Amino acid sequence: MTNPEPPPPPDPGRDWEGALTAEKSKSVSVSRRSGSDRARSASGGPPPTELYAKQKTVHNQRIDGPFRRFKWFVMVVTLAIYYITPWIRWDRGPFAPDQAVLVDLANRRFYMFNIEIWPHEFYFVAGLLIMAGIGLFLVTSAVGRAWCGYACPQTVWTDLFQHVDRLFDGDRNARIRLDKAPWGPSKVARRASKWTVYLLISFVTGGAWILYFADAPTLFVDFFTGEAAVVAYATVAILTFTTFWLGGFMREQVCVYMCPWPRIQTAMLDEKSLIVTYKDWRGEQRGSLKKAKKNPDVYGDCIDCLQCVAVCPTGIDIREGTQIGCITCALCIDACDRVMEDIDRPRGLIDYATLEGCEKEAAGEAPMPILKQLLRPRTVIYSLVWGGIGLAMLFALGTRTHTDLTVSPDRSPPFMLMKDGSVRNAFTLRLRNMESRPREMEIAVLGLPGAQMWTDRIGRDAAAPTQVVTVPADETRTVRAYVTVPSGTNGREFQFQLTSLDEQREQDAETITFTAPGDER
Amino acid sequence: MADTNDKRVDQPTGTEFVGHEWDGIEELNTPLPRWWLWTFYATVIWGVVYVVLYPAWPLIEKGTEGVLGWSSRGELAEEMALADLARQSVYEQIAATDIEKLPASPELMQQAIAGGSAAFKVNCVQCHGAAAAGFEEYGYPNLNDDDWIWGGTLSDIEYTLVHGIRWEGSNQTRVNYMPAFEGILSDQELDSVVDHVLSLSGNGQSSAAGAELYTNNCSSCHQPAGEGSQLMGSPALNDAIWLYGDDRALIRQQILNPKHGVMPGWGERLDPVTIKMLAAYVHSRGGGEAPAETAPEEDNPESIATMADASDAPAVEGDDQP
Repeated sequence: MTNPEPPPPPDPGRDWEGALTAEKSKSVSVSRRSGSDRARSASGGPPPTELYAKQKTVHNQRIDGPFRRFKWFVMVVTLAIYYITPWIRWDRGPFAPDQAVLVDLANRRFYMFNIEIWPHEFYFVAGLLIMAGIGLFLVTSAVGRAWCGYACPQTVWTDLFQHVDRLFDGDRNARIRLDKAPWGPSKVARRASKWTVYLLISFVTGGAWILYFADAPTLFVDFFTGEAAVVAYATVAILTFTTFWLGGFMREQVCVYMCPWPRIQTAMLDEKSLIVTYKDWRGEQRGSLKKAKKNPDVYGDCIDCLQCVAVCPTGIDIREGTQIGCITCALCIDACDRVMEDIDRPRGLIDYATLEGCEKEAAGEAPMPILKQLLRPRTVIYSLVWGGIGLAMLFALGTRTHTDLTVSPDRSPPFMLMKDGSVRNAFTLRLRNMESRPREMEIAVLGLPGAQMWTDRIGRDAAAPTQVVTVPADETRTVRAYVTVPSGTNGREFQFQLTSLDEQREQDAETITFTAPGDER
Repeated sequence: MADTNDKRVDQPTGTEFVGHEWDGIEELNTPLPRWWLWTFYATVIWGVVYVVLYPAWPLIEKGTEGVLGWSSRGELAEEMALADLARQSVYEQIAATDIEKLPASPELMQQAIAGGSAAFKVNCVQCHGAAAAGFEEYGYPNLNDDDWIWGGTLSDIEYTLVHGIRWEGSNQTRVNYMPAFEGILSDQELDSVVDHVLSLSGNGQSSAAGAELYTNNCSSCHQPAGEGSQLMGSPALNDAIWLYGDDRALIRQQILNPKHGVMPGWGERLDPVTIKMLAAYVHSRGGGEAPAETAPEEDNPESIATMADASDAPAVEGDDQP
């Protein structure tokens, strides 16, 4: 039921949005309609109103090619990072965990190799998230939905599960047959074993997640001996279920209906972003190889073999143009290139291209080099912002000290008169030691003549202008400090100074007010 | 809304229009995925199950309780019980440690101070104030300074906490009474005594008459130089701290008609561990005293009791005198 009308010549003056719409409508109008569409057009009336759409199972065909191999590579790398990372050890001495990447929620520490982040430094995490956001903008504006096509966990796990399908049920046609076959012992056995493997993969996925939050070898043993925390089992159960359900059954539905990212990307793509597209001016009028041989002037390069549809992991027809279901995994490029090779036509009927490049190519101009199209103000600005934030964070990370002092004075009572007439103020000092070893730190009172200080851990007998406190490894120690000045001293500002008594001699100081009688009147 | 007969179809997608249009952009009647409908049914089932299992419907007297019998109050009680259990070992350690030995184990001392701080907020702030600074106006002593009427070592504070001061509920309470000098001293005599008392802490000039009156009437309790006595509970007069105020009129008032503060004993109301923790907290407020090295600890309460008995006598006398 193909439309015999030849495609209209592309109008070089049209804008890119118009191009997209025109391309879309044109492709649909000439593409082979599905059965219901055909019935619809035959009756001539409006389509029957369906309130709910049934999910069509996608049985994608095996394909090999440069993009498929790249996808394999990305899959192996990302899965390896996910599963292996918690097992990498990193020596931090006796006072800190030896796990390279650890989110220690109980102690509120985040370890990543030689970087350790405390909760008050959460801006580093915020910075990383901002970088991830801008990174996605950059990737989208340059190479379109590359994240969706290769690196998104939903894509990677769906891909993995589709390989499991192929392993148990065979390739596309065998799977379609099995789907239609009535339930019998063989089908039950196949489904049961396949879903068992799904479950195993899902369990390992959920299991690996919790290893990032505790010492992996310990938790691994605890988990299987029933010693782990309830939250660990609950997390594994939830993640096993979501992986099983989203990767095994929902698949492309996640991309089309649940995920906000494709919607955002729809707004972010422009005429200069790389997309996977069908070059309709070259492919149309499509027709079988036989017809094309008989009538080479009418028919284009597309022989309507539907290989691009068969290999698509989301089950779309790329010849209908850019659409929400297209994750730009480029498997259709592999499929089409292979067919073009077989029938001795140039590759790239379906290819990575920009809409602008397409327009030029359709108008008969030479195709623009991809790299030249990528370098433009938008991508350059994104790169600069992305790199700038990264450098700023590295700078902040490099110059931060591992010592910090905060002082809060007792406000009630603001001062205390002692027997001998001297005046005492009390302060709560927080000494932060971010090194993973205990450190001696000296607290000194500066700018307060005659001041004596003692802490809640020593008596007044040991009062002196400076005190030494040992701060445990990787901890903040709260010290109550009492400072007295002789009778008759007026209130004034003074400084607490903290010095680490090691080779670093890191310092921090805080200026604070000493309150004396008469100050508040 | 669109005309129901309007069955126009969007050509590229083959989907019917809904009939809503904004600036040339029209809404398509794209069907919802069926699993979405199932998700909705699942939430309905979840809701029904939740209503059966958990408290849900408010009724007139109280709400439905749910089959599981869960309540947020019950959960709180469970968590409190768990927290108590977690504290158990600390409690036991504090109970087994002699109070004067607490500072020797700093971690335990810190735990005791933290526990005492919590107990203080519940039991003590009503008189001594949130920061334990007392109220001069009412004679509630400040616990932050280094001036102790009845002694500032950990065991002294513990004793005061257990038995109270002038507390009817305990026969071992700390008791003393200052006689009222109303009608005994003339106005002039009173002035010279006040002068002398002030001069003890270096304020103003004393006179021979004042010194003599002080020696005869006051020094047996407040000591010749006004240093007071913690054994008798007589406040020191030679320091910068005044229980009832350093104003002439206030000192005069105290001599004529003394105020006698009362503190309840907590021995029967609080458990010994809480009292130990309170003592540790009060001691840690910056003025705590170290125990006298030679003081025989066992004799201490006895001697205080003796002194209390002894100080009862002048109090009675004082009452009889006017």
